[in-house]
Amino acid sequence: MSAKWRTRIIVGLVLAVLAAAIYFPILRRRVKLQALVQQKSEEQARRELVQSLNLSTNEPKVKAKLFWASDSDDAELAPNTVELPLSNDPALRAKQVLNTLLAGPVDAELRTLPADAVLLAFYILPDGTAVADFSEAMATSIPSGVQSEQLAIDSITKTLEANVPQVRRLKILIHGQEVETLAGHLDLTGTFPVSVKLTPAGAPATTQALPSPATSTPSAQPATSSPPQAAPPKK
Amino acid sequence: MRRPLSNAALLVSAALFSGSSAALLRSQAAPSQQPAAPASFPAQTQPASRTGLAIVVLDPAHGGTDPGARGSGGMRESDIVLDLATQVRHGLESQGFQVLQTRSSNENPSFDDRSALANAQTGAIFISLHISSTGLPGTVRVYTMPDMPPTAPGGLIPWDQAQAAYLTLSRKLGDAIQGELAQRFKGSPLNVQSASIRQLRTTAAPAIAVEISSVTMPDKADLDRLLPNVADSIVRGVVAFRPSYVTPSVPGVAPGVAQGAKP
Repeated sequence: MSAKWRTRIIVGLVLAVLAAAIYFPILRRRVKLQALVQQKSEEQARRELVQSLNLSTNEPKVKAKLFWASDSDDAELAPNTVELPLSNDPALRAKQVLNTLLAGPVDAELRTLPADAVLLAFYILPDGTAVADFSEAMATSIPSGVQSEQLAIDSITKTLEANVPQVRRLKILIHGQEVETLAGHLDLTGTFPVSVKLTPAGAPATTQALPSPATSTPSAQPATSSPPQAAPPKK
Repeated sequence: MRRPLSNAALLVSAALFSGSSAALLRSQAAPSQQPAAPASFPAQTQPASRTGLAIVVLDPAHGGTDPGARGSGGMRESDIVLDLATQVRHGLESQGFQVLQTRSSNENPSFDDRSALANAQTGAIFISLHISSTGLPGTVRVYTMPDMPPTAPGGLIPWDQAQAAYLTLSRKLGDAIQGELAQRFKGSPLNVQSASIRQLRTTAAPAIAVEISSVTMPDKADLDRLLPNVADSIVRGVVAFRPSYVTPSVPGVAPGVAQGAKP
């Protein structure tokens, strides 16, 4: 009796294991498929649009200069020359170089931006201010820290400076939103200077060349250096 | 951790200081109009001297629900910087400085609250403390804000450009501390670096951030061993900077002008 039951239980268990072994891969495939379908969100749609834009270019290949981390010092950037069929349209051209920057260098160790980050939109305003909208992964997948976040921003601004002279400064959005910081450190509420050369004395990037209070100790700043700027609202 | 910028929040925090609806911060050029600290901070005692450097505001980064950089073995930036702050505090207090902290436990004040603590003082400097998750382990970097557009004269300075008038002093302080650090931590830069760090931008005082590399160290004990030397370098740098500190005034502002700007 007990031996008979034991056999039955063992046979039952073996059958269950077999059934699970067959069913599990099917289930896994189905879950993956489901996840893929769900990911096909607005972001995915935009990503496809951006990629198709890139592919449709018939421009001749030119040498683009992209900035990834230097292999001798991972706190520094190094220029890399990559042959790309770049468009003459500044916004499209910027998308192309930024997508190549995001795709990363051959040596993945030298990436400056998260591998899963996506450029959702890029446009240039008439005054030379460019707006780059990145997916959430740009903020969530980047290693948190002043140094790593600064390197990421610098790689973007330097790559734009080298390839898209029309861009004077850059505003970074995350999934269409203005955010306070990239990943807890670098301020994204302002713009980053791109092609306007900063003088060592500290000429501003966003306004006309005004005398900067940073050029002398603030207390010694003479009252004569009144910039022709609108006075702050008094109310 | 990262939240969308709320202009309203900025305006509200700025309004605490200026008493106006515009996002303006009253200049420290008029000490008689010293704004009250926000209610979230305990009332601070007045500095011993109105002209010299008397107060150091330490800002241990992250905290609360934001652990900052995370390393092996449950290492958290937010805990380590709190340890570091305690050590820097003891060193500075033995040199006669009054030390305030933007947080002294596991909480996460907003960036504006962190700046606000320094902005409410006269004769203060601001030092933000960080541990990175990248870089050559065992090196330390000091950062100040990059160049900022100058603020218009008129006694009130915009909250989000509060650091502009203090950049020269910030860099002097940063170089003093980076110089000390470079002697002890080989591979560290010799001069202060630039990075647009959120809480430095809104600080109306000489302001720097110190970042140690990194939480990728396999053993927390290795990182802990660095802290006393980092703390000592910061203290030495601050002491060396003390004579160069001047109570800054915003260009072209006479106290009477600031008075006139009062809404």
